[in-house]
Amino acid sequence: MEEQYQVMPGPEAFLPPSAASMGIVLPDPGQAHIEGRLVDEEEAYEYAARKLLAAKVPTLFPGPLVLWRWNDKAAKKAAAIRKLANALPARLIPMADYRPKYPKINPAVEINPNHPNLTIWYNKIDVCIFIGVHCHQANLALKIIRGGTDCYTMAMCAQAGHEDACLSFRDADPAKIEKLTAAVEKLKSEGVKSEAEDFDQFVTAREG
Amino acid sequence: MSKEKIAICEDLADIMPPEYHDMVENATFGNQDRSWKDIGSSKELIEQHSLCAGCPESIAFRFIMSSIPNPEDSVFVGSTGCTSLVFPHVGIHNIHSLFGNQNAVASGLKRALAVRFPDRIKDVFVLAGDGATVDIGLDMTMQSWFRQEKFTTICFDNELYANTGGQESGLMQRGFVAKMAPKGKNFDKVRLPEIAFEAGCHYVAILTVSKPNRVEQAIRRATYVAREFGPTYIQLYTPCILEIGKQSMEGLDEMKDSESIGGRFVMRELMTDEVKAFLKEKEAEDKARRKKAKTVTA
Repeated sequence: MEEQYQVMPGPEAFLPPSAASMGIVLPDPGQAHIEGRLVDEEEAYEYAARKLLAAKVPTLFPGPLVLWRWNDKAAKKAAAIRKLANALPARLIPMADYRPKYPKINPAVEINPNHPNLTIWYNKIDVCIFIGVHCHQANLALKIIRGGTDCYTMAMCAQAGHEDACLSFRDADPAKIEKLTAAVEKLKSEGVKSEAEDFDQFVTAREG
Repeated sequence: MSKEKIAICEDLADIMPPEYHDMVENATFGNQDRSWKDIGSSKELIEQHSLCAGCPESIAFRFIMSSIPNPEDSVFVGSTGCTSLVFPHVGIHNIHSLFGNQNAVASGLKRALAVRFPDRIKDVFVLAGDGATVDIGLDMTMQSWFRQEKFTTICFDNELYANTGGQESGLMQRGFVAKMAPKGKNFDKVRLPEIAFEAGCHYVAILTVSKPNRVEQAIRRATYVAREFGPTYIQLYTPCILEIGKQSMEGLDEMKDSESIGGRFVMRELMTDEVKAFLKEKEAEDKARRKKAKTVTA
C-alpha cells in the first residue's frame, strides 16, 4: 500500500503539489488534521500548543475577518487571539487585506498573501498560525510558505479547514481559539516552557 | 459594506499598519460633500497604483474615487484592461467581470442590491475601457441601457486597445496608425455618446480628465440621475501615453489639446429637459446645504 503523503514544513519545491492532489482530505466536524492525518480535535489542540511553545518565533497571522470589526463575533475572535498571543507569548503580524502592495510591503510589520515568504524569512518565523484569512488567500499563502520556507504552518479555519497547512482546525469560533489558549496554559502549568526568543510586540499605530 | 463596517477590532488595532488607521479615521466615507479637493488632505481611496508613470487613467481614477457621493455604499464593476490592474488597490468594493460582460454583471448586481437593501441607496458604477464598452461588450452595454438599468457606465476612452499593444478600437480616430494597426483606421470614431442618449441614457457626458471640477460634476450628475431616472453614461478621454508616443509629462497637454475648440473631446452633456430640471433643483439644494454648513461652522 502506498504511504500517505505528509504535509510537512518545506521547502517542498518551487511549486509544491497541492495536498489535496496528494490524497489529503479535509477533516470532518469535530476533527482536525495533523500533517494530513485526521485526528480528534482535542488531540490537535495539544499538538498545536506544543508546536507553538517549542517555536523560537511563534507568530499569529490574523486576517481581515478578525482584524476588521464586521460584527460582534469578529471582535470576540480578535479578543481571543490577543489572549492567545499573550498566553504564549507570540508575535502578531496582520494580513489586513490582500492587495498586491506597491512598491513593497514592510515584512517587519505585515504579511501579504501574494508573497508571505518575505515576512517569514525576514522575521525568521518557524511556527505560524493563520486565523481569519479567507480560504482562497490562505490556500495561496500556505502553499507559498510550504514551497519556499521551513516554517510549520497551522490554520484556524472558520470553514472546512486547509489541506495545505501542516495542521488545520475547522469551524473556528472564539470558543475554539480560547480552547487553544487553554491548552497552552495547561502545558505551561505542567512545566512546558515557551522557547520563544525575546521580542517586542509590533505597535504600528501612528503614535508608535 | 457601509461606513459602520469600516472599523478595526479594538483588541488588534495596535498591530495594524498606520495606513489602515488613516483609512478609518481620515477617509471621506460618510461625507456627502466629499470632493476632489480632499485629495492630498484626506486619506484617499486610491493611494498607490500599478499604472505607468503619468498615466491619465490614474488621474481619472483619483478624480472619480474622490467624486462619487457615497463610496461606502458603492460598488464598481470593472473589466479586463489597465483599469483592472488598479482595482485591487482601491478602498471601494469592486467586481471584476469577464471581458465585455461588465454591464450585464452590473445589472444583476444593482437589482440584487435593491432587493437586499431596499431602504438604502446603493450606487453601482461600471468602469471599463473602450474595447470592453464599445467593441466586445457593446451588446451588454446597450442592452443594459435599453432595459433602463439604474447605474452609471464610465468608459475610459484611450482610443485603442492599450494593454495588449495598440490594436484598433471602435473609438479610435479615423486614419490613426497604431503599433498593431499599421494601415490606419478607415472608419470614423464611433459616436457612442449620441448612441447612448438614443439608447435610453438619461444623462451623457464626454470630456477629458484635465479639469477635476468638470469630472466631479459629471460623476455626481450621472450618479444622481442614475438613482432617479435610469442609465447614465460618461466617456472620459484617458490617452495611453505609451501607445501614442508621448512622455509621462505629456498626458495633460494631450488632453488639453483634444478639448480645445473644435477638438473631439470638447466637453458635451446630453440630457432631457426633465433631467435638466432635476439637476438644477438638486444642485441648488446641495449649494444651500453647503452654505448653511459653512455659516454654522463660522
